[in-house]
Amino acid sequence: MMTELHQNGQEEVRIGYFVCHCGTNIAAMIDVAAVAEYVSTLPNVVVSKDYRYMCSEAGQDLIVQDIKEHRLNRIVVAACSPLLHERTFRTATQRGGINPFFCHMVNIREHGSWVHEDRAEATEKAKALARGAIGRVKYHKALEKRREPVTPAALVVGGGIAGIQAALTLANTGKKVYLVERDPTIGGHMAKFDKTFPTLDCAACILTPKMSEVYAHPNIVLWTYSEVEGIEGYVGNYQVRVRRKARYIDEELCVGCLDCVDECVFKVGNVDDEFNVGLSKRKPVYMPFPQAVPKLVVIDPVACTHLNGGNCQKSCVDACERAAINFDQTDTIEEIKVGAVIVATGFKTFDPKRKPLYGYGKYPNVYTALEVERLVTSCGPTEGEVVCRDGRTPKKIGIVHCVGSRDHQTNRWCSRVCCMYSMKLAHLLHEHTGAEIYNFYIDIRAPGKGYEEFYERLQEEGNHFIRGRVAEITDIPKVAEEEGMLTIRVEDSLAGFVRRIPVDMVVLSTGLEPHADSQDVRRMFNISCSREGFFLERHPKLAPVSTTTDGVYLAGCCQGPKDIPDTVAQAGAAAAEALTLLDTGYVEMEPSVSVVDPIFCSGCKTCLNLCPYHAITRDDAKGVAVINPVLCKGCGVCVAACPSGAITQNLFEDREIFEEIEEVLAYA
Amino acid sequence: MRYAYFPGCSLKSSGRAYEESFLAVCRALEIGMDELDDWNCCGATAYMSVDEANSHVLATRNLALAERVGLDVVVPCAGCYGVLAKSKEYFEKYSSVRNAVTTGLAAGGFAYEGRAQVRHPLDILSNDLPPRALRSKVKKPLKGLKVACYYGCRLIRPVSPFDDMHDPQTMDGLLKSVGARMVEYGLKGKCCGGSLTGTVPEAGLPMCYDLLKEAHRLEADVIATACPLCQFNLECYQDDIAKKHPDLKPMPVVYFTQLIGVAMGLDPKDLGLHRQIVPIEPLLREKGILGGEDAKPKAKEPAAAGGRS
Repeated sequence: MMTELHQNGQEEVRIGYFVCHCGTNIAAMIDVAAVAEYVSTLPNVVVSKDYRYMCSEAGQDLIVQDIKEHRLNRIVVAACSPLLHERTFRTATQRGGINPFFCHMVNIREHGSWVHEDRAEATEKAKALARGAIGRVKYHKALEKRREPVTPAALVVGGGIAGIQAALTLANTGKKVYLVERDPTIGGHMAKFDKTFPTLDCAACILTPKMSEVYAHPNIVLWTYSEVEGIEGYVGNYQVRVRRKARYIDEELCVGCLDCVDECVFKVGNVDDEFNVGLSKRKPVYMPFPQAVPKLVVIDPVACTHLNGGNCQKSCVDACERAAINFDQTDTIEEIKVGAVIVATGFKTFDPKRKPLYGYGKYPNVYTALEVERLVTSCGPTEGEVVCRDGRTPKKIGIVHCVGSRDHQTNRWCSRVCCMYSMKLAHLLHEHTGAEIYNFYIDIRAPGKGYEEFYERLQEEGNHFIRGRVAEITDIPKVAEEEGMLTIRVEDSLAGFVRRIPVDMVVLSTGLEPHADSQDVRRMFNISCSREGFFLERHPKLAPVSTTTDGVYLAGCCQGPKDIPDTVAQAGAAAAEALTLLDTGYVEMEPSVSVVDPIFCSGCKTCLNLCPYHAITRDDAKGVAVINPVLCKGCGVCVAACPSGAITQNLFEDREIFEEIEEVLAYA
Repeated sequence: MRYAYFPGCSLKSSGRAYEESFLAVCRALEIGMDELDDWNCCGATAYMSVDEANSHVLATRNLALAERVGLDVVVPCAGCYGVLAKSKEYFEKYSSVRNAVTTGLAAGGFAYEGRAQVRHPLDILSNDLPPRALRSKVKKPLKGLKVACYYGCRLIRPVSPFDDMHDPQTMDGLLKSVGARMVEYGLKGKCCGGSLTGTVPEAGLPMCYDLLKEAHRLEADVIATACPLCQFNLECYQDDIAKKHPDLKPMPVVYFTQLIGVAMGLDPKDLGLHRQIVPIEPLLREKGILGGEDAKPKAKEPAAAGGRS
């Protein structure tokens, strides 16, 4: 290290400084010409310029030309956040013929013009920051990015429409895909829907072919009834542990004939059927639904008499001609290696019991929208006949929007799909029953292709739309026509008075929220989440499917509520991002990692447990710590913690940081 | 068990039966109630909307008094309870309120540090008494008495530290434990109309009517309350309401503490039962809950009731 400093010292430092106007984003609040003029007076600065758009082709060429013309060997660009354009300017520096890490960025937009209101002060701050950067950049060293090979396979977590679409897209390019689904079948929420808005396509007709395609695809390994248990490694080289829960069925032998289900000692179902969201019962041995993929039965260990240690004649075993039932089966663990991970774990619907005034669970004729999806579908528990829990066919139906959405008492966000699915259900319920339908909404949000037209169609079909958040649903009558009915009390905020509307049936349009265990999933994949618990994309506009962990991508509602078209589009984007990684074949690792100087390391192990990325081990033979540059993310925790000062971090060496601070302070 | 007791203005006037029955029940359960020396008006709903900062000072002065004697303060009136609990919550939550209150109190030589808690009789009887302590004192279980427990609004909203704000249960639990039967009173948390019964009766009285009608529909014998204003509105305006709705039959409206006292065999006079406008004693005798030697002296009750209001 000492020799390098000496080398740097021998070479004459020639700095080029470029300050960007960013149109008026910076120039309106900072006098960029004055900053450039000031910087030209600083030592070692050979060139100091301002330019309208440094990130443009012409701006980059300015850097390239000046490096060649003035033999520059250090570049400082004062512009936006390095998150946005550090790579751009490093590349330009490299094109000019010098090492890209001789380039340093100063953020005078997010940290300058955008947050200040006094032009003179903002300009002074930009000058001080410039002086700090000029001071530190002279100590920059030539660094090289490391390359690591990538395992050409991907893991997709979650088998809803997002996971299915992502898996198929990747598999169709010839990549190996592991699709892991927690439930016994893929299909997710979409498989439960009757029709889709606004075209009223049958959900099953467009989903089930994709499900079969997944099953038959030679490049897809489909593991249902399985969960990811752990993941280690780094971008391009992840090792994943998957628990395959015991199905008590030999998947090779079962053909899904359902003889075992017919012969189960329970003649009728005794467990709430998950697929019909509790509107029907299933047996302990069951297939989730007739079009399930894979077409296999599963035995529920909680409900099965034999698996609970009870005395059962096991008629299912006798019924299976292929001897596929195996009560001795246990969970198995699969270990796989993948280069990329797509998290598509979906959402759960809001539990309307959290809004007690809406009476869900108290009044039998109050339904959730998902329950109504099952009621109106021809393959549902009533084969599409809309009959309420108390046996009546509804003549008046109220649909309550925004249940658990846009609500400061529960979830503040808009769930984006409820307006549209409410209108779809309004149409279907009217079609099935001829009932009069009342929609209670706050605002109708129909921003999609054909959505506003669908809203108009619903109005033309005679649906009532009443603007106002429903206050309560009650069975206590006030007038004769409310006897035996559920009365919806709401302030009609357009008409300006309180209405009471008696109906036979209420549909609660429940919002979307993160899964109960989303925090565990988030920690396992080392990704962030927003305040409400949805997984966080790396950038809301420019990196909407990436995460802060390289090689882990997001698709579907685990990132935030979205409809099927958006989910499919996002899944395609996530697959494309993963494919870019897999097809490149290698990953370039940032060189801003930490390095241990074995001469000074005492082997005290302080740094080992502090490293959040498990990148540090101890070489017991030599008695020193060793940092794996592939795992190191350059967070600097170990540097600060090392009692011997034996660890340095590239691009954040002490002399670079202190020089920057001293120069900033010297300006002030 | 010992608490500071904040009566508020109602319990010394229109709600005397609440104070009498509450203190009688406390004596019988050996719960100490020390009336705060020099307590002041809570400010009710009016002061808050006129001068918010000073209304918190006014309410918190009572908490400072309780803190002086080192006790939590029990507030039976739902209105006072709502105000004091809200001031305490704002004191804890918002530094601006805390500063205003501290300065205001200091001007009068008082200090409040947030230690004295605001409690309601429903809260302490449900949560502080040892299990079965109340049940073991029951001498005349309220067998066959169908009660609609009515909580009103101020007790449970917006601050509701001890019960569910939409489906409160503590009163139901207490009266069940002394043998009464509850009706599923779905309007238990609805507003009685508050002061609208006096200021805008055409808005306030229909609200009382809905509550009374529903109690009749469910065939309740009596409505139990924990608020002097709810009790007043529901009982005293029955005549006015009946002018518009002649089908409305009289419905006794009592404090839950009165019913608990009856079940514990306390003297009806100590429970203020003679103050009812719609008498409840004939009903209790009919059910065999009151009877024997108590029956005769109470015979002049209608006259006593007529003499009030």
